[in-house]
Amino acid sequence: MANKSPKVALFITCLGDQFFPQVGESVVRILRRVGATVTFNPQQTCCGQPAFNTGYRDEAREVAVRNLDLFEDADYVVAPSGSCSTMFRVFYPELFADEPELLRKSERLRGRFYEFSEFLVKVMKAEDLGASFPHRVAYHDSCHLLRELGVESEPRKLIQSVKGLELVDLQDNQVCCGFGGTFSVKFPDVSVAMARDKLRAAADAGAEYLVANDAGCLMHLEGYIHREKIPIQTLHLAELLEKHE
Amino acid sequence: MSETGVHSAAIHERAEKAMGDAHLQEAYRSSTLRLYSHRLEAIGKVPGFEPLRDRARELKREVMDHLDEYLAQFADSVERQGGKVHWARTAKEACDIVKEIVKSAGADEVVKSKSMVGEEIELNHALEAVGIDAVETDLGEMIVQLSGERPAHIVAPAIHKTRHDVSDLFVEKLRSDRTEDPEHLTAIARKTLREIFARAGVGVSGANFAVANTGSIVTIENEGNIRLCTTAPRVHVALVGIEKIIPRFSDLGVFLRLLGRSATGQKLTSYTSILTGPRRPGEDGPDEMHVVLIDNGRTGALADEKMREALYCIRCGACLNTCPVYRKIGGHAYGWVYSGPIGALITPQFVGLKQARELPFASSLCGACREVCPVRINIPDLLLHLRGQAQDRTPAVPHAGEVVSERKGMRLWAWAMKRPWAYSLGGAAVRFGIRWLPSAGGSGARKWISRLPMFPFSNWTKGRDFPEPDQVPFRKRWEKFSRQD
Repeated sequence: MANKSPKVALFITCLGDQFFPQVGESVVRILRRVGATVTFNPQQTCCGQPAFNTGYRDEAREVAVRNLDLFEDADYVVAPSGSCSTMFRVFYPELFADEPELLRKSERLRGRFYEFSEFLVKVMKAEDLGASFPHRVAYHDSCHLLRELGVESEPRKLIQSVKGLELVDLQDNQVCCGFGGTFSVKFPDVSVAMARDKLRAAADAGAEYLVANDAGCLMHLEGYIHREKIPIQTLHLAELLEKHE
Repeated sequence: MSETGVHSAAIHERAEKAMGDAHLQEAYRSSTLRLYSHRLEAIGKVPGFEPLRDRARELKREVMDHLDEYLAQFADSVERQGGKVHWARTAKEACDIVKEIVKSAGADEVVKSKSMVGEEIELNHALEAVGIDAVETDLGEMIVQLSGERPAHIVAPAIHKTRHDVSDLFVEKLRSDRTEDPEHLTAIARKTLREIFARAGVGVSGANFAVANTGSIVTIENEGNIRLCTTAPRVHVALVGIEKIIPRFSDLGVFLRLLGRSATGQKLTSYTSILTGPRRPGEDGPDEMHVVLIDNGRTGALADEKMREALYCIRCGACLNTCPVYRKIGGHAYGWVYSGPIGALITPQFVGLKQARELPFASSLCGACREVCPVRINIPDLLLHLRGQAQDRTPAVPHAGEVVSERKGMRLWAWAMKRPWAYSLGGAAVRFGIRWLPSAGGSGARKWISRLPMFPFSNWTKGRDFPEPDQVPFRKRWEKFSRQD
């Protein structure tokens, strides 16, 4: 660890804030454990992706623009979501492409913005967080994290460092779970059928737990599990990294 | 049928119907998986496949950035080789040109090889309307034509049909004996088609590539019917979308190495035909060769600097095979001739965004398509771009059961997201209101809702439960952390 504790601003994400606050708590504790000083700016709300994803660029821009100024004092910004991180890193520069001042800001932010697992492994060089969890676990690659940010090995390194845990391979592990933002309500049948495939793959792999890094995927998969009473539980990676069984 | 018959708003119903058809689901699942796996295996064996993709993309960019010059060069080259070039701005113009050629040739029957642009301009209908029989000679296209459908896949038009389906169709339409052996089925088709090949006066083909510096039309196939269509009849007409141009004959190798592997996992397809002008004295081949260069919306895409990239497509169909949405809803759900991720991109260019406005939304934007695209088209990014255009330029179709329009909902949402107090108040309101909704029972501390009111939320609970928000959001929990720090 560097002598100076890096100052990390948490972007909790709206879904994380409202539906998965315990994930946020785990993230804060873990970040502190690896030596970061964590801050939380209560002015934050949503990254703007619901509007952006649905083609409402003006609305997305209005919401996004205020996020450019919320984390000025932090060395890093960390979000427990691949998709919201993608919004900041990939889509903000696109959204502000024609506004030089804002584009500069979004590019400065991009360089400091990390998804949770990526931050732990790449920046803090932390892989083993001392967790133990003697269960069969499958990891779901969320699409934005995998394909937009190229984060594939980092979560796996963290998961494989958990004592007693068996990481099982998911057939077609790179196929989307079907969430897709507003796609989930625009094409509900397709969306749900994709969740079914994903959970069937998890069941075939003998997984007891399905771990992902995105609240959207988790809400969608968990909603299907709950409806269909499937004996698999979902966990956010941050929750897994705090297990001591 | 309307002018184009896209009716993109009906994609939801078509998708739902396809999803309820177990037979169809299995046909799509097994066929896309087979093509997908073949591609993976094939590209694994080529060293330097990735640089090849970069090179192809570079070449396509070069062509699109100077399409006017390359088209002029191509047209000159064709004429120099003794071919005749025709320019068609619209589907109708293209059909009229072909009708004229067929009439001048004194023919009343045309053999056709598989051509997506032929489907796009609906040539068969146009010819039938003036009493000219157009017979599809590609097995898949023949099946689709016999069953009165459109192609369900860019490369494999009859991907949605099992051999049982084909057997039934042949018994009904060709009065053949019942057989489910693919070889026998192919033999039946061949026998039927040979007779027609022998007498047809005009052969119509598409083109996989049009080479600017030589004026060559390049076609690839496995059945040999394209070669017959383009050489046996006295007159050959090639339908060519203007995006099919490649600069030089020496560039062809780059694309041939990519196309077969990306489409079917073949190093090369069984036949690659390079057609340069009509026959010379003492040679075989058609007396006349016509090339119809078709715009039909392509220059519109060209003018949009971002959408231009969609014209790089070489129609390999790999994005369809890998797309989890296409795999579920199938080709016909998209409502027109081009389906899958690339169909959702180019259909709005060809028929207008208004008619096709729902297509860009038929994607979870997972990006699997971009990963397999041989010319690296950034399909999810372009779909996002089109979604933006759809919201800006075309009126949304109100959903049944919609209380607040999507736009108004998004405006309200954005208003609240700019005000943390309104955002928190919204969260509290949902927490409060959700107590009266039907519970699906709890798992642990969390209550789950089995039925949300109001579109679009009601669509969430069509097949999933919805979690109640946590009683204490993170921002309240943060207070205890801030004291510890």
